[in-house]
This record gives sequence, C-alpha cells and structure tokens, in this order.
Amino acid sequence: MPDTLLISTEALQGLLDALIAKGYQPVGPRLERGAIVYETLSAASDLPRGYLDEQGGGHYRLSKADPSSPETAGIFRYAVGPQSWKGFLFPSRQSLWRARRTETGFAFEPETDDAPAYAFLGARPCELAAMRIQDRVFQEGPYVDRGYAERRARAFVVAVNCTRAGGTCFCASMGTGPRAEDGFDLCLTELLDADDHAFLVEIGSASGRALMELVRHRTATPEEIERGRRAITDAAEQMGRRMPPDAAAILASNPEHPRWDQVAQRCLSCANCTLVCPTCFCSRVEDTTSLDGVEAARHRQWDSCFTLDFSYIHGGPVRRETAARYRHWITHKLSTWHAQFGTSGCTGCGRCITWCPVGIDITEEVAAIQATERAEPLGDE
Amino acid sequence: MASRRPKLAVWKFSSCDGCQLSLLACEDELLAIADAVEIAYFLEASRAEVAGPYDISLVEGSITTPQEAERIRRVRAQSRMLITIGACATTGGIQALKNLRPLDDLVRAVYAHPEYIDSLATSTPVLDHVRVDFELHGCPINKYQLLEVLSATLNGRRPNVPTYSQCIECKLSGTVCVMVSQGKACLGPVTQAGCGNLCPTCDRGCFGCFGPVETANTQALSARLKALGMDQRELQHYYRLFTNNAPAFREASETHD
Ligand code: SF4
Ligand code: SF4
Ligand code: SF4
Ligand code: SF4
Repeated sequence: MPDTLLISTEALQGLLDALIAKGYQPVGPRLERGAIVYETLSAASDLPRGYLDEQGGGHYRLSKADPSSPETAGIFRYAVGPQSWKGFLFPSRQSLWRARRTETGFAFEPETDDAPAYAFLGARPCELAAMRIQDRVFQEGPYVDRGYAERRARAFVVAVNCTRAGGTCFCASMGTGPRAEDGFDLCLTELLDADDHAFLVEIGSASGRALMELVRHRTATPEEIERGRRAITDAAEQMGRRMPPDAAAILASNPEHPRWDQVAQRCLSCANCTLVCPTCFCSRVEDTTSLDGVEAARHRQWDSCFTLDFSYIHGGPVRRETAARYRHWITHKLSTWHAQFGTSGCTGCGRCITWCPVGIDITEEVAAIQATERAEPLGDE
Repeated sequence: MASRRPKLAVWKFSSCDGCQLSLLACEDELLAIADAVEIAYFLEASRAEVAGPYDISLVEGSITTPQEAERIRRVRAQSRMLITIGACATTGGIQALKNLRPLDDLVRAVYAHPEYIDSLATSTPVLDHVRVDFELHGCPINKYQLLEVLSATLNGRRPNVPTYSQCIECKLSGTVCVMVSQGKACLGPVTQAGCGNLCPTCDRGCFGCFGPVETANTQALSARLKALGMDQRELQHYYRLFTNNAPAFREASETHD
C-alpha cells in the first residue's frame, strides 16, 4: 500500500465503520449550541458540514457557508473550537480512590479506569503537538500518570491537516502546523473545489495501514497530493498572528515590566485561558467524606494558576495580584516550560485568545513587552 | 460513653425559605442527615423544638428589623458553629435594594399604614452583626454544597467549597461560553462558582446568584459588557440582583450611577 491514498467523502463512513469494527469509540467534531465540540460520533453524517468559523479575541461564531459555494460541502473547514482532546486523555473531573472505614482502619479501593479505546477523528496539527507536550508532562518524566498513559496508548489518531486558518491561529510561527508531520495513525487532507470533494489519507503507523485495508481507497495522484499541499500552504498564509521567536527570553528578562499591571487591569482572572489550553495540566485534589464518616473519596479536577487557592501556602496565597497570576501563566507557557519539559507549552492554537471573555491576546502581550523592553529601567520613565 | 448526635438548628430571618428548603430537597440524603445529627429546631420540617445550645446552626435570611438584630445575637450565643446559608444571610439578599433609598420613602410608597412598619434602614448580612464560622453562598444554595459543608463539619475537615469563578464550572462541564459564542452578557467571570453551571447550560448568562468571586474585576467585565451593547442603566441593574449588597457588586453598580 502506498503512503498516500485517496478516499471519497462517502468513504468517511467506511472509515468510521472500520474504527468501530476494530473496537474503537470514535470521537470527533460535532455541532453543539453554536460551536464545534468533540463528542462521540456514530455516523459520518454526525460531522458538521458546510460550517465556517469566525474567531477573534473573545469572539467565536459559526456560520453556514453560502449554498452556492463549494464550501457548503466542506467538513473540516473550521479551526479548533473551545474543547480539546485533553478532555478525553486528562478528564476534567476524576475519582482517584474510595475508602471505607473498617474495624482496624481503612480499606482502600483504587478507581478502575473504564474509558474506552478512543479514536480521535479530526485532531489538528496543533492538537497533535499538544498531545506530545502533555505526553512529556504526564508520562515521560519520572512519575507516570498511569490513567493518562493507558488512555493515550489505547487511542487511535485520525489527524486532519488545516486548509483554512482560524482567526486566532498562529501555529505556523510555533512550528506545529498547519501540516501534521507525525504523531498520527492516519492523516486526512480535505480536497475541496467546485467539482471535486475527496480526502488524501497519509499513513502514519502500522495500525493506520491495517485500518485502511478495511476502507475503500485508491492511490493518490501526484496532482492530488500537490493540491493538498497548496491548500495547507494557503492556511499558513492566512494566519494573522505570530509569536515572536524569542518569546522565552523576552519574558524571562522582564519580570518587572509595567505591562503586567496593564494587562491585570483587563484580566478577569477567570481561568478560561488555562482551561481551554490543550497543554495546561494543573489539577487540584479534593477529599470528601460521607456524613457518617464511614466512607471517604479522593477526586482530582482541573485547576488553574488564576485561582487564589493555586498558590496558597501557609499564611496565604503567594500570587495575590492578578498581575502576578497573568505573568505566571504566560511565563510558564512560553518560557519556564522549556526548562521544565524541553519544549514550549504553547502550540499556537489560539484558544486562549478566542475564549478569553475579554479577548486578551497572548501574542500581543509578548509583542508589547518586546516593543518596550529596551526602554529605560523602571522608575526612570 | 455513648456519643451524642450533634444538635442541628435551622433559623430563618428575612428570606424566602428557599435555602432551608434545599435541606428538605436533599431527599435521598435526608435520612443520612437525620442519622448523623439530631434535628433540634427546624420549623419548616417539624414543630418539635429541642432547647439549645446547638452544635450547628444554619442561618437563613438577612437582618432587616431591630428584632432580628436582637435575635441573631441570641442564636449566636446558643450555637457552637454558626453557618450562614444563602444570598440573604451572606450579602443581605435582593431586599438589600432598600439600602439604596431612604427608608421612609419606601415604606410610604409600599404600605397603606406605614405606622405599622418597624424596620431597620438597611438589610445586612449576618456577618455584619455576629461572628460567622462559615458562609455558604447562593440564591438558593446548592444542596450538594450544603451536604458537603455538613459532612465536613461533622467530620472535622474543611469543606470543599470553591471560591473561584463560574467560568471554571463552565469549562469543567464542557459548556460552551455564551458570552464568547453568542455575545450574551454574563456575570460568570466575576461570580463565585457553586450552582453547577445552571444558566450557561440553559444558554443564558450568569446572574451572579453566588456573589462575587474571590478577586472580582468588575471594571474589566463592565467594559466588555458595554462593548457587547449594554448601557449604563442596564449595567447598573445587572449588578443589582440577588447579591447586590456584596461589596464588589455594590461598588460596581455605583460606578454606573
Ligand atoms: S487572560 Fe482572559 S481568560 Fe485568562 S484569566 Fe485573564 S480574562 Fe480570563
Ligand atoms: S497558550 Fe493559548 S495558543 Fe498556546 S496552546 Fe495554550 S491555548 Fe493554544
Ligand atoms: S499556565 Fe498555569 S495552569 Fe497552565 S500548566 Fe502552567 S501553572 Fe498550570
Ligand atoms: S458562559 Fe459565562 S460563566 Fe461560562 S465561561 Fe462564559 S463568561 Fe464564564
């Protein structure tokens, strides 16, 4: 089997059937209350068709494409929405263990993970990058998060290259997209014009190859492969934002910059940016008891460095001011993450910009600090 | 020595009874509560009254009359733990709107016989009058949070009642943000979590029932709400809902006078 195949749009159903036959539970984009979210797919007809997104700082709208344009048949012409695959690999709420009081102490029962083997259909290049970053956090360090590692190992990834950039995307400047280089079992590129609609399929793994045995396909022609390449280049050229390449150094050398207080005036410390970010990994752990004190349980749920509790140590929270919290988040993402995990914590997906209720823009904040960092030292202004 | 069940009392001040009813709404858990505590005083549930002192007092309602100001002191004196429940008891409630105008004007406008009315000029939270051991917010409170507070109190641990934003609840449950995706006004970013995400899951913005979040930046939110089309008056009314007298919301509403 060659490495690049072509399938028809009808064959997407065959792809889903093959995944289900292999025991996977397909999850992918679905339309819910005006946004693209990730949910269980039972048929290819569940995939939203003909939707285009409009994204900006604190702004997201989906619209139906003009029925006379080829876009009306498009399936993956929107960029990432508010959710990411993080919700499946690192669930927002999880029970860790339960315990019962016994005559001699406590009997512990660890929770069993009953998550299915997921097939992620429609993972974008920036999302593959986010999974690789969370792999480093959860399973490549000295302490492995067993649940994450198991869910990750079981998952099958059908990536989709981006052929249209979202309004807040800047993956090209982070080197994570809009084309997926690796990290998938299969990777689709949507070919869409007035008289043709089909998908290129790149094979990324042995299980990807085995799956394609079950799906009707033919070899892609060099012209088709070239059309796909051009569509992805178009997406790269559409991106209106970029991250300055030396963001890590800019932030590391400006902990006292006046911009921190300025951004704190606008920041709600609502934590949306951290929770929509596909790489943020922080959690809090809570213990509960039954009223009679016989049963106890421990839960883990997503947390954010924007809460006061997050930096609470004896005596009070360390990062009381919003300026300190915003600085912590952006510096962790773009600078200290390198020292901690050998990579940036940002993939350029743009979610933190779109889903910030007041539209604070991570690229703009770095650029603002960069533009003024050579100003006179503080106090001499 | 047989251990005595802790005595629980439920008190009502100026309020609608909705928060006390949250205790009765704990249908499945009610028997467990009755096993864990002796319900010594709870007029909404039973006419039986066991004399104090009480181990745990749940206090609903705000202080709006001289008699209430007196009675809350007696309740405090008889209670080992005093827990206030609901927006009225923790902020003064919707009735704290009266704090904005001279009492006489209001009494004359509302009552045919103003001379019968003996009211304080303000509706204030219980904390303004006596020491409070724990405040549980909400209009009404969330019954699961109430159970958590009771269970934590009975087991000698700190309750898990978050002080972070409503937005975190949206994101934990995967609710699409109504402000970003539909341009609807939402107080969620300045409101404490706790309701279990009720309004955003019904496609509406948050009304601030759980009061201000730990560090509420109402100025930044107001600027955004204006950009989404709210005028001064609408903004003022938006902050003047069930928790209008909570300092952060009161100050925010005053800046839009
Ligand atoms: S940057 Fe935006 S999303 Fe993040 S905490 Fe501040 S206001 Fe919320
Ligand atoms: S920091 Fe923002 S742009 Fe970067 S990965 Fe996170 S959400 Fe995406
Ligand atoms: S930015 Fe904040 S929430 Fe995200 S990983 Fe870093 S500390 Fe955690
Ligand atoms: S709907 Fe409201 S509470 Fe939910 S994330 Fe959006 S602004 Fe926050």
